[in-house]
Amino acid sequence: MNRINTKKIILILGLLFLNTSLAYSDETYDNKLIIQSTTSTRDSGFYNFILPEFEKHYDIKVKVVAYGTGQAINNARNCNADILIVHSLYDEIDFVKNGYGIDRSDLMHNDFIIIGPENDPLNIASQKDVKTAFKKILLGESSFISRGDDSGTYKAETKIWEQIEVDPKDRKYKSYYESGQGMGATINIAIGMNGYTYTDRATWINFKNKINHKILFEKDPLSFNQYGIIRVSNEKCPNVNVKASKIFYNWMLSDIGKKLIVDYKVNNEQLFFIK
Amino acid sequence: MNNIFYDSINLLYTLDSYLLEVIGLSLYISLSALIISILISLPIASILSIKNFTGKSSITIIFNSLMSLPPVAVGVILYILISYNGPLGHLELLYTPSAMIFAQTILVIPIIVSLSKDSIDSCLNYYRDYLLSINANFLSIMKTILWEVRYKLLINILAGLGRALSEVGAIIIVGGNIDHLTRVMTTSIVLETSRGNLTKALGLGISLIIIALLINIILSLIKNRELEGNGEY
Repeated sequence: MNRINTKKIILILGLLFLNTSLAYSDETYDNKLIIQSTTSTRDSGFYNFILPEFEKHYDIKVKVVAYGTGQAINNARNCNADILIVHSLYDEIDFVKNGYGIDRSDLMHNDFIIIGPENDPLNIASQKDVKTAFKKILLGESSFISRGDDSGTYKAETKIWEQIEVDPKDRKYKSYYESGQGMGATINIAIGMNGYTYTDRATWINFKNKINHKILFEKDPLSFNQYGIIRVSNEKCPNVNVKASKIFYNWMLSDIGKKLIVDYKVNNEQLFFIK
Repeated sequence: MNNIFYDSINLLYTLDSYLLEVIGLSLYISLSALIISILISLPIASILSIKNFTGKSSITIIFNSLMSLPPVAVGVILYILISYNGPLGHLELLYTPSAMIFAQTILVIPIIVSLSKDSIDSCLNYYRDYLLSINANFLSIMKTILWEVRYKLLINILAGLGRALSEVGAIIIVGGNIDHLTRVMTTSIVLETSRGNLTKALGLGISLIIIALLINIILSLIKNRELEGNGEY
């Protein structure tokens, strides 16, 4: 009697399992497209907004994998992408020059901002430009959390440090920390330490746990944030789905794609812009 | 903070489709990995316990130390192997649930092998004289012993499932945390936390704990029921 019950339970569990495995079997069809993307575009919900529109018109299943720009580019170099959407112009051009990318275009842009505690102990909000704001933060008592990874945001931040000719990694600067993590995780740390950080606007607008932090400095020409779109070369990577990547690339840059980009809003704020 | 707890319980109560999808995928991947691991591990554990051969103790030590294999290391190694320009690239495994099952299987096997070998060892000592006297062959010894220690094996398997369900380091690398495809409970918790969406992250965390609890309750019910009137083991 007891044994029969065990068998029944195993049978039921087995059936349940079979049921779920049918629902989740891997997709094997050829019209799939892998986008290696920066985290900011994914975390902002941008792809959830535009991809359903794309998939409505084309029989192409798009998969988005999000990492910092440097890692996304490396993944594409390892042939794990058909399309690359990142934000570090120098690396993008390098990628195309070395034959890994075919076409590159400006896709959209927004800007980087400095966020910090509402009471703004270092008075960053009243600085005249982003360079003096950075200097002030580095020499101040509050902490500054840098990405410290290979991301486009970190590269943009590094450019500013270079322009004011300081090396923030120097041990004498006690306020500078590197998280080595994504933008959201870094904002979490900045809030936890009641410090400042340099972030792209899209990630910040989407961030749900702002507590007492807000935008303190914005709209400096140096803080321009350009996103580019690249088709990965099928000569370097024979596995690239050329047809699908061409369709997606052209669609993104078409009037329909552009309209979707400027139409995307979070909390009534536009996240990405086109010239 | 109280609000976050309240909202996340509310989220669970409404069981939104996102939550269900993620839970389903988690269970599918971890249970698949578990079943494959059991099929591979139990024969290995039996051989390690019953048979005598040179290098037996070194292999046992290796399996024991692999129990604490760091998931991220497994993730990176697997990523290199199944990258499209890697040695196993033609299998097109990267960023699929199969890759995640692969990773979890590697992590679970050493746990089930090591724990089960111990269970089989202790039972084998108890029956050694009898098995010698009837001159049984390996397969029949294995069958007899595995059946004898089935409840202990259940606990070992449970430990393996715990590892699979809670693991995040390996699957986030080989799965890519792709929405609707490779996003499971642990990777969503990482993502939602980084988005500052603590309600969702906590809701997922609580459901993960509840699932672990339910599995444990079911298994201990089976065990208790079967154990009635059963002596030593």
